[in-house]
Amino acid sequence: MTRIENHPILGKLGRKKTVTFTFDNQIIRGVENEPIAAALLANSIRTLRNHEETAKPRGIYCNIGHCFECRVTVNGIQGKRACLTPIKEGMIVQSGKRFATPVRDWSGNHV
Amino acid sequence: MYKAVSGSPLLLEIGVETMYDIIVIGAGPAGLAAASTAAREGLHVLVIDEYMKPGGRLLGQLYQESNGNWWNGLEESVKLNEQAVNEGVKIILQTVVYDIERQDSSWIIYTENIVYTSKQLLLATGAAESPVPLPGWTLPGVMSVGAAQVMTNVHRVKPGDKGMIIGVNVLSAAIAMELQLAGIDVVAMALPPLNQLTHQHSRPKEVMEALLHASHLAPSKFLRIGSKFMTNPFMRQLGIRLYPKSGISMWGIPIQLRKAVTEIYGTNQVEGVIIRTIDINGSPVSGTEESIACDFVCIAGGLYPLAELAGVADCPFYYVDELGGYVPIHNEKMETPIEGLYVAGNITGIEGAKIAISQGVVAGYSMAIASGKQGLVENLQDSIKKVHETRKQAAIRFHPKVDIGRNIIHKQWEARQVPSTNDATII
Repeated sequence: MTRIENHPILGKLGRKKTVTFTFDNQIIRGVENEPIAAALLANSIRTLRNHEETAKPRGIYCNIGHCFECRVTVNGIQGKRACLTPIKEGMIVQSGKRFATPVRDWSGNHV
Repeated sequence: MYKAVSGSPLLLEIGVETMYDIIVIGAGPAGLAAASTAAREGLHVLVIDEYMKPGGRLLGQLYQESNGNWWNGLEESVKLNEQAVNEGVKIILQTVVYDIERQDSSWIIYTENIVYTSKQLLLATGAAESPVPLPGWTLPGVMSVGAAQVMTNVHRVKPGDKGMIIGVNVLSAAIAMELQLAGIDVVAMALPPLNQLTHQHSRPKEVMEALLHASHLAPSKFLRIGSKFMTNPFMRQLGIRLYPKSGISMWGIPIQLRKAVTEIYGTNQVEGVIIRTIDINGSPVSGTEESIACDFVCIAGGLYPLAELAGVADCPFYYVDELGGYVPIHNEKMETPIEGLYVAGNITGIEGAKIAISQGVVAGYSMAIASGKQGLVENLQDSIKKVHETRKQAAIRFHPKVDIGRNIIHKQWEARQVPSTNDATII
């Protein structure tokens, strides 16, 4: 997807400091401190995780932290919301993947 | 005073101020205005917000007012933030409040890192968008209409090249225009499929009525002229029967009140939608399926007050449709039945940012008075009047009968004052 460089009311985007981070080992360039979800979308990446059980792809939904659909792993910490987490140089972001063991089997032994 | 380091027990954090006169949760228009007002009266105020920028939902707003001026939410947010900072308000962003507790006439505010305490607590948590589940809605590329607004106006990244909007209401119409302004193609707006959740949002007649109340936005000649004779219920019925099958164009976007999106399709992300003609009651007409290609879909289910923390604080609620859902009971001074707990902004009902600001000022004075500041009764009364004036002049009305909604909730407050003055028995 493209960035909105010129806006009739909001004006020009202007030059911003860019940083690089990785998403599933792929090197991504983005604007420093923009949310992970915005940086990925600007690089045409919509899928942020695969559902824990069905493996179906998921992306942002609410974009302001309410829905938790965009949860990713950031620098090893799970469950970070890609819409609320600003990107920093060298950040390591990983998408959520399907669990090796089906959730129902797992929860059956743990709840 | 205490800071939790991931995985380790609470550690003493030296030099971090944790005690405040007032804590405000939510750095949107209501929270920032309240914080500025109270800090100006000499109170020590902390504002906590989980987002990366102050402003809340105001950040994404961008619309032209009737005087021709643009309401630029980004600029307004900067102003409100600067004002608060200049008054000495401390603002902490990217911080989640996960619990609040009343103890020894103080509030204990638990965040991910630090535990804060305050005498007064204002919940200014705003609103969330109601989801509209339909087949295919979990595909990447499907997002709430507010998500597209934030991506476009705040982050300046296109949510896609070509989008379909499901749900026709004041908010989605305003955002459709904002998307177009940013050079994003909106193929059409149509209704959600009729089900137990969508009911009035899926019936053409009811959607039309709601839109007519917003006709001062003058999205099209049809609606502008229509609103005059549409005051007659018979004409309304006729209007929706005569509604063109190809829709009515608003800023070049076809608005389909006689079509509903019944499915979103795509393999790994959105590729398009299936749309069907519906009768005036919202039921699909068989054999009318059409496919529309698009790379993103916005779901516009409307806003509801985001009030979980009021529930955690044991504040009683009342359901008011005109205010958007369950609302913490409160009075015109923004007090709740819980001692030291206040509410302002969209948590009290869905309205525009200017009204949220005016409610924030009221809450600021109420909390200053409760903190022992003298000579503010007149300021409080004036600020309450200002809320009413702002409501009268509001450019965007989310619910046509918001005044009725406000009366309902204030009556609930009054009803609670009669049997007992003891707060403990009211809960």
